[in-house]
Amino acid sequence: MNEDRITVRNALKDGDLFTRLSAVFMGVGMLGHRQVVKGLLVFLFEVAFVLYMATTGVHNLGMLPSLGTEVQGKVWNEAKQIYEYSAGDNSQQLLLAGVITCFVIAGFAVLWILQMRHSYSLQKRIERGEEIPNLRRDIKNLFDGNLHITLMTLPCLGILVFNVVPLIYMISMAFTTYSKEGEHLILFDWDGVNQFVRVLNMNGNIGRQFWQVLAWTIVWAIFATFLNYILGMALAMVINRKDTKGKAFWRFCFVLSIAVPQFVTLMIMNIMLQPSGAINVLLQNLGLITEPIPFWTNATLARITIIVINLWVGIPYTMLQVTGILQNIPGELYEAARMDGAGPVKIFFKITLPYMLFVTTPYLITSFVGNINNFNVIYLLSGGGPTQVGDTAGQTDLLVTWLYKLTIDQQYYNLGAVIGIMTFVILTIVTLVTYRNSSSYKNEEAFM
Amino acid sequence: MDNQVAKNKLSPSRRIANLLIHIMLAVLAVIWVLPIVWIVLTSFRAEAGAYTTTFLPQGYTLDNYIRLLTDRNVLNFPKMFTNTLIISIFSCVISTFFVLSVSYSLSRMRFGFRRPYMNLAMILGLFPGFMTMIAQYFILKAMGLTEGAAIRIGLIIVYCACAGLTFQISKGFFDTIPKSIDEAAFIDGATQWQVFTRITLPLSKPIVIYTVMTAFIAPWVDFIFAKVLCRANADQFTVAIGLWNMLQKEYIYQWYTCFAAGAVLISIPIAILFLYMQRFYVEGMSGAVKG
Repeated sequence: MNEDRITVRNALKDGDLFTRLSAVFMGVGMLGHRQVVKGLLVFLFEVAFVLYMATTGVHNLGMLPSLGTEVQGKVWNEAKQIYEYSAGDNSQQLLLAGVITCFVIAGFAVLWILQMRHSYSLQKRIERGEEIPNLRRDIKNLFDGNLHITLMTLPCLGILVFNVVPLIYMISMAFTTYSKEGEHLILFDWDGVNQFVRVLNMNGNIGRQFWQVLAWTIVWAIFATFLNYILGMALAMVINRKDTKGKAFWRFCFVLSIAVPQFVTLMIMNIMLQPSGAINVLLQNLGLITEPIPFWTNATLARITIIVINLWVGIPYTMLQVTGILQNIPGELYEAARMDGAGPVKIFFKITLPYMLFVTTPYLITSFVGNINNFNVIYLLSGGGPTQVGDTAGQTDLLVTWLYKLTIDQQYYNLGAVIGIMTFVILTIVTLVTYRNSSSYKNEEAFM
Repeated sequence: MDNQVAKNKLSPSRRIANLLIHIMLAVLAVIWVLPIVWIVLTSFRAEAGAYTTTFLPQGYTLDNYIRLLTDRNVLNFPKMFTNTLIISIFSCVISTFFVLSVSYSLSRMRFGFRRPYMNLAMILGLFPGFMTMIAQYFILKAMGLTEGAAIRIGLIIVYCACAGLTFQISKGFFDTIPKSIDEAAFIDGATQWQVFTRITLPLSKPIVIYTVMTAFIAPWVDFIFAKVLCRANADQFTVAIGLWNMLQKEYIYQWYTCFAAGAVLISIPIAILFLYMQRFYVEGMSGAVKG
């Protein structure tokens, strides 16, 4: 049966004239096998690709190894008060063009393989005397058996162009000298793994900051995730107690705080906790303190403040999500446990907690990942500060906020890209270990 | 009925515990509500400036709101509001379509690219969101979408482009709809498209509403992408950047109370949307869990 399988190799070996010709002139296989419109479309794609490669593609690929050599001229324009640049090589644009060209070639290769297989399968079907679907049937099928193609093409294109391509582009930046350091902003070169070595080297300035930021990032993520989870669950259970009056009112009080946009509450918190902000004023007026508490300028205090405020932000979220699940725990479980004489503590540890963990493991992982990448809380609250002289990373900076500072503020693009990759590596390890073992991933098919 | 009797005759220790719990809840509720009350009071504060020597305002006025809505010279709040509204309407329509399409395909159809796609989505989700921001900016620049009114299109694209990666919640919901319903429809000659639009979507009202609202709210609360894309183009500012700017050194003294007013004005509709949406979210989540 191996000979009948629809593969490119078989297509080249056993294909008829049309099938083999389509290795060079794409779409001919379809043209020759009664699918004229599709064949023409595919052939047009090939023409477009050849034109693209001839006009810019080949040039783009050629520039990729050197990333350009021509230095730009820089002239001060007195009238406009800006520097005007004469045309030279712009490595950043060349790199981007190179990456895009690679993607275009990869896309073309996929199309080539698909059309080879398709024309071979058409040929086989004609040989077997089966009917070849005409264009109308094909289009109809796009809304039936092939609906996923119709539905997913645009979203996939969006992801490809605005997520995958930028990501590959940023990753490749990590291996260059693209940085304000040494004036490599316009013309830069490949640099191997030098930046990785620099970041991982504990004795260097950047390396020291990296390990410090990494340690705080992990401490932060653990505190933020688990404190929120435990306290949020406790709150939900207290409100759900049979004896608690006015459940809806309490719930509303807490939910109100998440209904307000997060960036607004965070900015308000920042202002309230300034040396002359409302909290210090309140405490001073009450006579509890004489000097303002330095919430944002003392490193340890700033870290504690951030974790506490994050509790303020996060507990209602957890409460909301947990409430629904708590109410879903089958009542018979509790009945049975009470019959057997289990006390409330035992019931919590033997029934509630295992059930919650079973259901919320994916939520815990997502929130851990979310906290490692929690840009808003840090950036809007402390801005990463306080920062020691000579450092680019502040004492409360997470890897993500440091990445932001390195790229947007400092323009150390290569270092920023390295930090991004390191964040990814850490998250991958955490996620792979836990997520792949979680029940909802394994049993995904079970729901159907 | 034994329980009912027991409830009416609580033991003293139980009563004290109940009292303590209610007091604790009250204290917590005050902590959670206080900042919100404070910002509302600040928005009506008569004294200018960011910091005052009293916790509560000394005088109350409506001027902050009037100035916020009429001052069009420095920070044009009405303009920011329309900008954000336009962006959020477009991106809401597009990304809802993306999210629901992808979720339906992944939940209901089987094709070779399905597993790789889900794994890829998981991997992409692990990269810091704005690691790609700079590169996205360069790509949009190459497309000519970083100047003038085109910034709006750029922002819409940025908010929608990756919507296809956030399918988890709605896919989970679709998964809980019994497949036998689809099969019955197929036997009656329905196509996949008809099943999607006439059966699955109507059955998924909570999750559709949830998706629409999250997509609508996103542009109002994001300020990182908007800040990078708009840079100094004050004409194109969204509400979030505008409010953020009001707290920067050069504006804070003049604009602080207006910031509070703006925060209140923006928060009210979003809070209403959120409280409304939360019901559907909980419904959607429990739907996915029950299966």
